[in-house]
Amino acid sequence: MSEYFHSVRLDEEKCKGCTNCIKHCPTEAIRVRKGRARIIEERCIDCGECIRVCPNQAKVAITDDLDSIKKYRYSIALPAPSFYGQFKPELTPEIVHAGLIALGFDSVFPVALAAEAVSRAIRNYLEQQRERPRPLISSACPAVVRLVQVRFPSLLEHIIPLVSPMEIAGRVAREAAHRQTGFGPEEIGVFFLTPCPAKVTEVKQPAGDSSSVDGAISMSVVYGNLLRMMDNLNTASLSPVVSGIGIGWGRAGGENEAIKTGSLLAVDGIHCVISVLEEIERGGLEDIDYLEAQACTGGCIGGCLVPQNPFVARVRMGNLARSRQRVESGHMFPAELDYYCRKSPVPARPALKLADDPALALMRLEEAEKIVAELPGLDCGSCGSPSCRALAEDIVQGYARRSYCIFELRRRLQQLAEEIVELAQKQPPAMGREWSPARDEGEEHD
Amino acid sequence: MQLKFHVQRNDFSRAGQAAARIKKTLQLAGIKPAIIRKAIIVAYEAELNIVIHAYHGTITANISTGQIEILAQDEGPGIVDIDLAMQEGYSTAPPHIRKMGFGAGMGLPNIKKSSDSLEIYSAVGRGTLLRATIVIGD
Repeated sequence: MSEYFHSVRLDEEKCKGCTNCIKHCPTEAIRVRKGRARIIEERCIDCGECIRVCPNQAKVAITDDLDSIKKYRYSIALPAPSFYGQFKPELTPEIVHAGLIALGFDSVFPVALAAEAVSRAIRNYLEQQRERPRPLISSACPAVVRLVQVRFPSLLEHIIPLVSPMEIAGRVAREAAHRQTGFGPEEIGVFFLTPCPAKVTEVKQPAGDSSSVDGAISMSVVYGNLLRMMDNLNTASLSPVVSGIGIGWGRAGGENEAIKTGSLLAVDGIHCVISVLEEIERGGLEDIDYLEAQACTGGCIGGCLVPQNPFVARVRMGNLARSRQRVESGHMFPAELDYYCRKSPVPARPALKLADDPALALMRLEEAEKIVAELPGLDCGSCGSPSCRALAEDIVQGYARRSYCIFELRRRLQQLAEEIVELAQKQPPAMGREWSPARDEGEEHD
Repeated sequence: MQLKFHVQRNDFSRAGQAAARIKKTLQLAGIKPAIIRKAIIVAYEAELNIVIHAYHGTITANISTGQIEILAQDEGPGIVDIDLAMQEGYSTAPPHIRKMGFGAGMGLPNIKKSSDSLEIYSAVGRGTLLRATIVIGD
């Protein structure tokens, strides 16, 4: 297995090498080589931006399929809060849960419940840990955590050292199932119904700790299968099991609404997240206590594995969150903060440096600056790198050549052509006289 | 390795661009995150000082394996009392700048805190030269 697992992959057959994806990648992790997009593994944060912009559907998210739940004696579905926003109002969360059971899961544990418990933990942490650097940054969106690892390592100490609702849901669900059924923890399969590839990666290769979740199944796949079963469901006597406050986490701003303490800032969309992180890095925003940051526009309902239009889902989520009264779930979750804390810190992923040796890196930097000054600066992407600057960085590392630039190539061809013309006009001394081949009877070929 | 940027009075929309480029460059050079953070703060505050107080100026970053030197040179009103300007909360920024959330009197103190050495030379009515260095340890 390679050093990094990634859910985001390339379908070689479909990729045309069009360079759309390389320009949208927030960590400049893609290059086009030999007509195919290549992902630089240590830079990829699985945000899914490339999946969204690829016109050929060549970027895909690898997820577990529905059949993988059969590998376990007992399987638990963990629907993400954003899942409920995919259905019309008459399909309540309880009916959706019944559908998941019909689909083959042995039980359902809503992540929304754990989200409520995690909200309480975050509130406690913010109130108790006043000396921690401000603002603290949410750890719920794995693409944002990875973005910080790669592009903002100096902000790692700002990431709140609490685990995500998905992790808590997986842990509590497995413990409860073990108590109820007597199955060993390894006989129980816990599956997250995911809105995005970043969560798949977080399950397969967590940043730091190990994951309590065994697999991640695409929300779209489950959605399609679920709708087919809905007609034959008996949903007469279902009592409410999730309240609105946890469901709200599925859309931008919902996490902060649930935390309700101090000065809270919410930002969504990866490029907006980047500009806020830059501001924190410059020493700004110390007046803010907590930053809810989500890579997808609109929050998790904007994930690239979500079937419904995110604006429609947003309205439905809002109505759901408002209309549902509280369901008491506190007894299911431990109260002590320790239960929610990460075991190990999130490490940095310095994937941007030009060389391990600082002196060599500086030399390459100088060289790259010189090359940038000579490149056209159009950032056309034809060379396969996202910008002229990125091409210069690739060249000094030996990953690319000057001739990859089509303008540079054209200039050199022009030069060469001029040289050929010039050369053609030079005559050896013995050929000094005007001279032309005999053409007098030249029409003979006609 | 040298980077140089022009900074214009009142150009708030572009304030931070020099700091951002310096950051990217230091990341490429493989400098430790904590050191980079200091350089960002120094560069950004120095950049803002020119935007707020001076007419125009330049930010220059000289990067070597041992240290990062950030020079901020401007033509402007200069600083009358440098010791006073170094005090936290002291500011000569006009009210409209403060309303924008800038000019809280933390610029020079923040630069001082984030740098290993700091020199400021100023001629009233002519301009200011600020030289901050950040040592790159092991």
